[in-house]
Parts: sequence; C-alpha cells; structure tokens
Amino acid sequence: MSGAPEHDAVEATKEDSILTEAARTTRSSSGSDATEGDDARANGDANLNTNKCTIRFGGLIAVNELNMNVREGEIYGLIGPNGAGKTTIFNLLTGVYKPTSGAIYFQGKRIDGLRPYEIASRGISRTFQNIRLFPSMSVLENVMTACHIHAKQSLFDAVVRTPRFGRDEAEHRDYCLELLGIFDLARYKDEGGTSLPYGNQRRLEIVRALATRPKLLLLDEPAAGMNPSEAMDLMALIRKIRDRFGLTILLVEHNMKVVMGVCERIQVVDYGKSIALGLPEQIKNDPKVIEAYLGD
Amino acid sequence: MDTFVQQLINGLTIGSIYALLALGYTMVYGILRLINFAHGDIYMVGAFAGYFIAHGLGFAAQPSILGFGITLLGSMLVAALIGMAIERFAYRPVRKYARMTTLITAIGVSLLLENLGVVIFGGAPRSFPQLLENQNYTLFGNAAISKSQILIFSVSIALMLLLQWIIYRTKVGTAMRAVSFNLNSAKLMGINTNLIIAFTFALGSALAAAGGVLTAQYNPQIYPLMGIITGLKAFVAAVLGGIGNIPGAVLGGLLIGAAETFVVGYGQSVGIPSTYRDAVAFSILILVLLFRPAGLLGSTVQEKV
Amino acid sequence: MPTFVKRLLFAVLVIVVLLGLNAMLSTQGLFGFGLDDYYARLLTFIGINIILAVSLNLINGFTGQFSIGHAGFMAIGAYVSAYLTVYHAPNWEPALAGVVGADAAHVLIFVVAILAGGLATALAGLVVGIPSLRLRGDYLAIVTLGFAEIIRIVILNIDKVGGATGLTVPGYTNFVWVGIFAVITIVVVHNIVRSDTGRALVSIREDELAAEAMGINTTRYKVLSFVISSAFAGIAGVLFAHYNKFLSTADFTFLRSFEIIIMIVLGGMGSITGAILGAAVITILPEALRQLPTIALFGQEFNFADLRLVIYAALLIVIMLTRPQGVLGTREFGMSWLRRAQKRPAGDEAVGASPGVPIAERDATKNDPVKEVENK
Repeated sequence: MSGAPEHDAVEATKEDSILTEAARTTRSSSGSDATEGDDARANGDANLNTNKCTIRFGGLIAVNELNMNVREGEIYGLIGPNGAGKTTIFNLLTGVYKPTSGAIYFQGKRIDGLRPYEIASRGISRTFQNIRLFPSMSVLENVMTACHIHAKQSLFDAVVRTPRFGRDEAEHRDYCLELLGIFDLARYKDEGGTSLPYGNQRRLEIVRALATRPKLLLLDEPAAGMNPSEAMDLMALIRKIRDRFGLTILLVEHNMKVVMGVCERIQVVDYGKSIALGLPEQIKNDPKVIEAYLGD
Repeated sequence: MDTFVQQLINGLTIGSIYALLALGYTMVYGILRLINFAHGDIYMVGAFAGYFIAHGLGFAAQPSILGFGITLLGSMLVAALIGMAIERFAYRPVRKYARMTTLITAIGVSLLLENLGVVIFGGAPRSFPQLLENQNYTLFGNAAISKSQILIFSVSIALMLLLQWIIYRTKVGTAMRAVSFNLNSAKLMGINTNLIIAFTFALGSALAAAGGVLTAQYNPQIYPLMGIITGLKAFVAAVLGGIGNIPGAVLGGLLIGAAETFVVGYGQSVGIPSTYRDAVAFSILILVLLFRPAGLLGSTVQEKV
Repeated sequence: MPTFVKRLLFAVLVIVVLLGLNAMLSTQGLFGFGLDDYYARLLTFIGINIILAVSLNLINGFTGQFSIGHAGFMAIGAYVSAYLTVYHAPNWEPALAGVVGADAAHVLIFVVAILAGGLATALAGLVVGIPSLRLRGDYLAIVTLGFAEIIRIVILNIDKVGGATGLTVPGYTNFVWVGIFAVITIVVVHNIVRSDTGRALVSIREDELAAEAMGINTTRYKVLSFVISSAFAGIAGVLFAHYNKFLSTADFTFLRSFEIIIMIVLGGMGSITGAILGAAVITILPEALRQLPTIALFGQEFNFADLRLVIYAALLIVIMLTRPQGVLGTREFGMSWLRRAQKRPAGDEAVGASPGVPIAERDATKNDPVKEVENK
C-alpha cells in the first residue's frame, strides 16, 4: 500500500505483479541491449559464457558485471555467501530474468533475452533450490513432461490417436523409465512425485532435468538438507551423470565438501561480483574468499 | 464549454464513488493480494442499510443534515461489521489454500450477498429517501451542480483525507502498511496481522457503504444487484491507478468516471450509442492490462522472483 | 482387435445408445417404453452443460487458468450460427435439398452452422486469450469477465440479431445432436489431457516457472487450451440456440458463467468425470428443488427452485471451505484413481514431509545411487 510512487524493489514480492511469473520476467526490464561486437566476444571454445552480465532490481544491483566461462564437459562450481546472487545468476542463465546490461552466450550464440523454454530447447536445463516438482503428477509423469521438447506428436495426433502418437508416447515412456532406472527411482514410477522422501525428490528433479536431453545442466544447491553420507553419494552421482551423458555441469552449492570434492573449477561471487576464480585448491586458500565468508 | 463542464462535473461525481470503492479494493489487495469480489456488494449493502436506517429512525420523513449524517455513519458501521464477518468466516479459513480457492470463495460470497438480497428485498428497485433537500446551483453559465453532487464531492474528499490520516499518521495505519509490504515480517514484528486485516476490511467496507449511501442520494433507485457493475468498474479503477496504490485508486476512480461520462456524452456524435457505457470501463481495463499492467502509479521495475 | 476397429465399434455404440434414447423420447417410444418431453429437455440440457463444463475444465481445471467468461463464448457461437440459420439457411437449404435431398440438406446446413459457430468462437478465444493469458489468476478472471460482458453488450446493440428483444431461431437441434457433441467433447478433452499436450497443460497449472524451464512454451499452451475450450463453448451455444429456438442476451450473463463454474467446482476441477457429474447435478438440481414444498421466508412464499442461486452461492462457499478439490478432485472415476492414490513411505508421516523441508532420512538405495540399467 505505498503512498509513494516508488516501490522498494527489494521488498517487492512476486505477488505484487499482476503478470504471471513467466510473463513478468522478460517483459518489464528497462535495460539496454549491449550490441557492439557482442558476438565477437563470445568465446568459441566455451560452452557457456557471460560478458559483463549485470542485473538491477530498482536500486539494487544483484549481479554486477559478471564474466563467466564454462568449458564444455567440466563441472563448474559457483559459490558465495548467502545473498551473493547465485540463484539470480541461475535465473539469468535460464531466461527467468533478462540482464539489465551485458550478454550471455551458449555455444557461441546469444541467449539473454530468450524465454526460458527457448533456452531449454537449446540444451540448458536446471533444478531448483526449493524443489519444484509437479505435485499432482506421478513420478513418471513428472519426467515425461520434460520430454516435451523432443516430442514428435502433434495435437492432432493426440486427439485422433494416430499410430504416431502411440509410438511417440511409448518412446518417451521407455526413455523416462530408463532414466528413472539409472537413478533407482523406477520402482516409484506411479507414485505421487511429491510423496517421495526429500532426497528422492531432489534426485527426481535431476532426472526430470535430464529428460530434456540437455548439454548443460544447472544444479541449484543439490546437496541442501543432505547428511554427509548422502552428500558423498551425490558427488559420485554428479560425476557419473557428467560422464555418462556427456554434459557440462554448473553447480551452485553451500556444502564445501561437495564443492571441493566434485568441482573442477570454482567461481566465487559476493554481492553479485565475481571475486575469485580457479581450482579448488586455489579457492580454498584465497584470502578474499575467506574474508567474504567470514566477514570482516 | 458548458457541456464540457457539465460532463466533467457529472463524470467526477460518479468518479468519486468509484474512487471510494476502489480504495477498498486496493487496500484489501495490498494486504492480502486478494481481489474481494464481494466488495461491490458491500456497496449495495451500505445503500440498503442506509435505506432501513433512514426509514427506521424517521429521517425519511424529514430531511436534515443530521439525519443524513446518522444514516451515513450507521450504514458505514453496518457495512464494516459485515465486511469483517466475511473476512473472518469466508476468507480467513481459505487464506492458506491456493489463490484460486480464495477467488472462488470471494465469488461465492458475492453471489450469496446478491441473491440473498434478491430473496429478502425482492429484485425490484426501491426508492432511497431524500435526506437532504435537493437544489441545483449553476456554475459557469449553464452547467448545473446539484446539492447531492456537492455532497458526494465533499463527503468523498473528507473520507479520503481521513483515510490518508489514518494510514500515514496513526499506529494502525503504519501497521497496515507494514502488513502490505510483507505479512510474515509484520507478524514477526509483533503486529497482530489478523486484527489489522480485519480493520482493513472494516475500513474498506465503510468507504463502500458511504459510496452506496451517497449514490443513493444522487440516484435514488437501489436494488440488490446494483453492486455488480459498479463494483467491477471500481475494480478497473483500482487497476488503472495501480493496484495496491492508494492515490492511484482515487485517480483511477476519477478517470474512469470522467471517461465513461464523456464517452456517453460525446459518443452520440460519433455513433457510439449510450448503451456502450459499461463497455468503457472494461475496454480501459483491457488496454491497461495490455500496455501498462502496473497501472498509472504502479512501478514497472522488474521483480525478484 | 486393432485399435481402428475398437474405435469404430465405440462410435457405433454411442450412436446406437443415442438413437435408442431418442426413440424413447419420441411419441412412440422404444418397444413401447417412452419418456416424455420433459426428460428429453432435461437430458438435452445436461448434454449442453456437459459440453460447457468439460470444455471449461480444460482451461480452468487442467491448465489452471481461471476464466469466468465462458458464457461470452457461448454467446458468440449461438449468435453467429443463428445469424446464418435465420438469414441464410432459408435460401441455402432448398437449393441444397435439390441436390442431396431434404433430410441431408437439413443436417448439412446445421453442420455448417456448428462449424461456423465453433470457428468464430475459436477466433474470439484467440483474440481474448493472447493478451489475457499473461496475467495472473485473479486478473485473468476479471479480464475474462470483462470480455464476456463486452461481447454481450456488443451483441445487445446489434439489432440484426434481435438486440434487446431477442431472436427467434429455427429448431435444428435435438437430443441426438447434443449427445453426439457431448461425447465428442469428452473424447477430445480426454485425449488431449492424456497426451504430451495434456502433461504440458497440467505442468503449467502446477508450476509455470518449472514448466517453462523444462521447455514448455507456457503462453502458447495456455492460449491453445483457451481456444479449444472456447470453441466447444461456442458449439454448445449453437446447440443451445437451436434447441431453445429463442435467443436473448439474458441467457449469457455472468450468472451463466458462474453456473458453469459451480459445475466444475462441485465435480472437481481436474477431473473430466467430475465435470460431467457436476453438469448433471446442477442441471437436475432446480428440477429436484421444484419438487420440494414451498417455504415461507421473509413474508413471501418461495419455491426452493427460486432460491437456487442462493443455494449455489452457499454451496460454492461451503465446498471451498470444506473440500476445495470438489467431489472427484483430480481423479477420474473408475479409471486409474485407485492406482493414483499417493503412497507415503512410513517415515514421512511422523515428520510431516513437504517439499523443501530437509529430512535426514536413510533411503535404502543410498548406497548405490547410480545403477546401470539392467537388460530386461
């Protein structure tokens, strides 16, 4: 109920907007498009890179001129204290937000400003910090939903139930069951997605993301809420996924053991700015990083 | 020029009523993110309450300022109580559910009020008693302004100033603003959110009732379904001004009132029949939502998801 | 048995049942057993309401987009088709009858009317849907209501189709037509829901952001579901107009929209069988209420049927307070609902599992999280 026209952006919750989440995000940005020589700055051999990517929410600069270069096939970690902007970065990469300035490239092509589903169809998939499964769907259906990008059935096929529909459904079903099998979740296929124990839900979300057949997988705090033994298993899982599916993995995580154990390179952000980038050993001993985490 | 002034006066008159109603919508939305579908029907309840109070206490027979005042305050009180009851028994239990559930409940309450009204009072319009002797004054040559219009302006302005004072200069008002920013944080600060929400509903309902009584003075026909279209238009006004924004509600109300009156008034000459009156508000709504969903005074900053 | 044959048999069965019912409803009855006009009327309206409820459920229930302007689309279908049958059919039909015979011509003309009505409404759905579906739930509701009202006001001002006085329309519909289209609606909606498109729609309902992240163009699917849904409403409008034989905009107010809403809320917004159930109950309810003795309230005598709007409103509130998911929720009766019952592993009950709440729990599979797929 602000009397003043200015609305404190930090306080603005998603309920303030009358647009849906998906509609709101790429529409209402007042940013400029960096156009000069952008494509030239796209790094050819990097899978994903950002160039001075910035986003502001009103007066708050959530991500400040971020430069990021993720190489194909690597497991890349993104860490930082709470509120550093890590999930915002994920949201930028997946098209939930449009950067106020700067650019994002995937496989050499610009992707900032694209809608999330377009980015997904280009091969970037993600999990969420707060698990976002589809509650009223079964485990199998949750995964099959993500097969949409690769579905060959048209609406006509579905309505009239042509043979192509049957084949397409069977293909998806088999593929998803196979994926679930790899993660040992196949036995729960008909159970409600959100009735699984927490750890399995997290894994289900990963399976669902994999069903889009991505080239880059973004994992948002996959180890949250896990005990040490589960975290160890997660590390093995991440490596196995990368090896088996030939993916690049970008990981946001607070659990240092997991980060140090599985990431090949790590980038540290604080207050939206990148403050360090390097190998786990380097990061562990970097004074700036230590200061950021412990405060001064 | 005279016609213009006349149209303007008429437009602002109806606009003030929309503004009073829009304030209620915007306040409740600001606090609960709920569109109170039943708000327009509270306006109707206010008019009917005023009707019965006026007849019951004998003011109908003898016009007087005092009679008007008591009728107004009485109906505002009745509406405030009903508004709080609705919040307590229909909205609060479903607050925790999906938003669609609260929406459907609100629709249900609205339908209930309307149809109970039809059953109890009959669908045929009743004549609201003249509580003040009517009189027309002339302005700028041929433009006329009636006593009831002056009444509407003055009472509306007074109520809006009062609301402004409550929200910005009292403890309750500050609490209301806190709750509208973030309900959970407000709770953690020790604010009794349920009480504040009830109070907000009471305020909004009182304003709606005032609108009802004032309208009834101006246009004496009251009937149980009178709140539907007016309520919707007032909602459009709130959206136009920026939902959740108080000055916006007032601005939106006046604009819609003016727009409607001008379209009807001048529309004849461009081939728009007056029966399209109601379509004006809806068309404005669609335009606003298409081009500036945040409303005139709302913010367009991208929001953190 | 090959699928094609199965479907053919199903269609034949439907037609046989409908024709049988129709025969029962005619004067001679079927094998001497007949139902009178009253039941014919009731069944026909149940059929029309089924089309309305099942189609509204596609957008409200399955896609989770709250549209309350369904009556507006019904009106478009009704009036567009009526315009054709009142002003043009009298010219076309005799000409056509010369070519294919009177009966066939009659049927063909009506098919044209239905197609025209459906297409016009689909177009309207597109025009309304594209701008509106970016908006969040409550706003979408108001906007759809607004559009429906605008449609009604515009139609009211078109004198050619009766304006305020109404329009008399030739009677092309009977119970069989309505029955066939009711079945078509149910089959189409069911087939959509149980397909990739259906999963996309439901995912939009459940979590739009996650759906987009998984590659679903949420805007496209919301509009799609809206267009399909409104097209069927238009068809229902065509059928209604040509059964009622009289059209007036008073039949398409928001009260009509709310009536359809109540049908799907009662039956359960994510369930096709629920919508059918709700449609049947709400159609029959006024009739059933009429049988009750009159009641004296507030100094007047009331037939319960007159009170039905109050009852609906109260019903709506009570359902929301006690069982918001309606009678069937998201389940379909008799199909996989037993299989779908969500099983919770024993440990969760005690802790009160909910997504996002970390539970340090041992899962039996933890030791071997990644298994190779066994060759089955």
